Amino acid sequence: MTGIPDLVEAAAGGERHALARLLSIAERGDSRVLEIEDLIAPLVGRAWIIGITGPPGAGKSTLINGLLPLAQKADGRAAVVAVDPSSPFSDGAILGDRVRMQGGQYGADVFIRSMASRGAAGGLARAASTSVRLFDAAGWPVVIIETLGIGQVELDIMNLADTVLVVLNPGWGDSFQANKAGLTEAADIFVINKADRQGVEQTRMDLLDSLTLLPSGQRPPILETVATTGQGMEELWSAIEGHRARVLSDGNLQALRDTRRRRIVHKTIRDQLTQVVDELLDSAAAEELLAGATLGELEISSTVQKLLAMMAASPGTRQQP
Amino acid sequence: MSNSQKRILMAKTGLDGHWRGPTIVARALRDAGFEVIMIGMANTDDIVRAAVDEDVDLVGLNIGGHIDVAIRAINAVNEARPTLPVFAGGTVAPHAKKQLEALGVEVYPPGSQLADIVEAAERLTGAGASA
Repeated sequence: MTGIPDLVEAAAGGERHALARLLSIAERGDSRVLEIEDLIAPLVGRAWIIGITGPPGAGKSTLINGLLPLAQKADGRAAVVAVDPSSPFSDGAILGDRVRMQGGQYGADVFIRSMASRGAAGGLARAASTSVRLFDAAGWPVVIIETLGIGQVELDIMNLADTVLVVLNPGWGDSFQANKAGLTEAADIFVINKADRQGVEQTRMDLLDSLTLLPSGQRPPILETVATTGQGMEELWSAIEGHRARVLSDGNLQALRDTRRRRIVHKTIRDQLTQVVDELLDSAAAEELLAGATLGELEISSTVQKLLAMMAASPGTRQQP
Repeated sequence: MSNSQKRILMAKTGLDGHWRGPTIVARALRDAGFEVIMIGMANTDDIVRAAVDEDVDLVGLNIGGHIDVAIRAINAVNEARPTLPVFAGGTVAPHAKKQLEALGVEVYPPGSQLADIVEAAERLTGAGASA
């Protein structure tokens, strides 16, 4: 089996399957991820990361399909990380984003990677951030990440993307909805997709209403698209380039990225701890303790105390495979 | 749990709209814990690129239309990733089945049991072995 350093070298040299294998290793999430991160650290920071988020069925994949030719024209090549949900029942998944992003027109200048969420709760897969940096390290100038179809708070994308697109549809919510915390706060650009349907103006007004307190220069633009026909795609790409130019000219890109990296470190620690907790709960000792639940004898708080004590006594981090 | 990190590419070589078969197989594989990457109708280049970029453990081909198209795709996949197993389903005539089997491709024609297809996926990806 090829070692990680060889794979990183091959991936940086343009070998697709080496990059693909590193992405798989990142997905498995064991300690080799740290080795990958160390090796690619000197190579990253050049790519522009575009995040696409919004509710299920809003048209995120189809929108990416419309953006890819424009990204290719502007930057030569583009990579896509598309996340779809894992089953909470079987752990299986149907990853269908590729169905909307094909037609053979892209060729080798587009690299699409489908990824299952594997239990992650923030709208992305745990491997998403390492994946984006892998593409960056391998010289892909643009990386587009598509989140799961999300609700109001699954906003990990804002810690990963340089430009965040929030995709909504006509008839989405109302002005109260738009003023709620979460989703609408994360947008650098709003996209009202399926804009050939009724209610576009109302949705635009509702979004505008939520932006009135922002200084006029900081209000995210609201674009209208019909991704299936390509309507509005050029304008959307221009808006993305406009945002990119603004961030770059502000001169605080590094500060922004540093803040986001810090949040990713926090999240990674929480993820690792979750894994430790899951392993504890799967253990025979915990099972024995929890068996009382079926007899109705379980004291919740004392059981939790005992489990926490067991965790403190265990070696803590999991073994390397 | 043991299937959960195994990835299977499901592609259609035919240009018809017969999605039902691959969709049902994909559902069964999903319910068995596999991650199934759908690419729908695809030409040889699309299939090879997806097999490489997605780093899948198995390719499932739904064969519609001419068998030569499927054989071309299988040969191209074998060339790009020599150790990657391929299995196939769809409307495959008996003589075509023999041709596919000669290439090392297991064939599950109409009437096959989903349980057998899942079992084949587990065997071909070694899902049971490497938990």
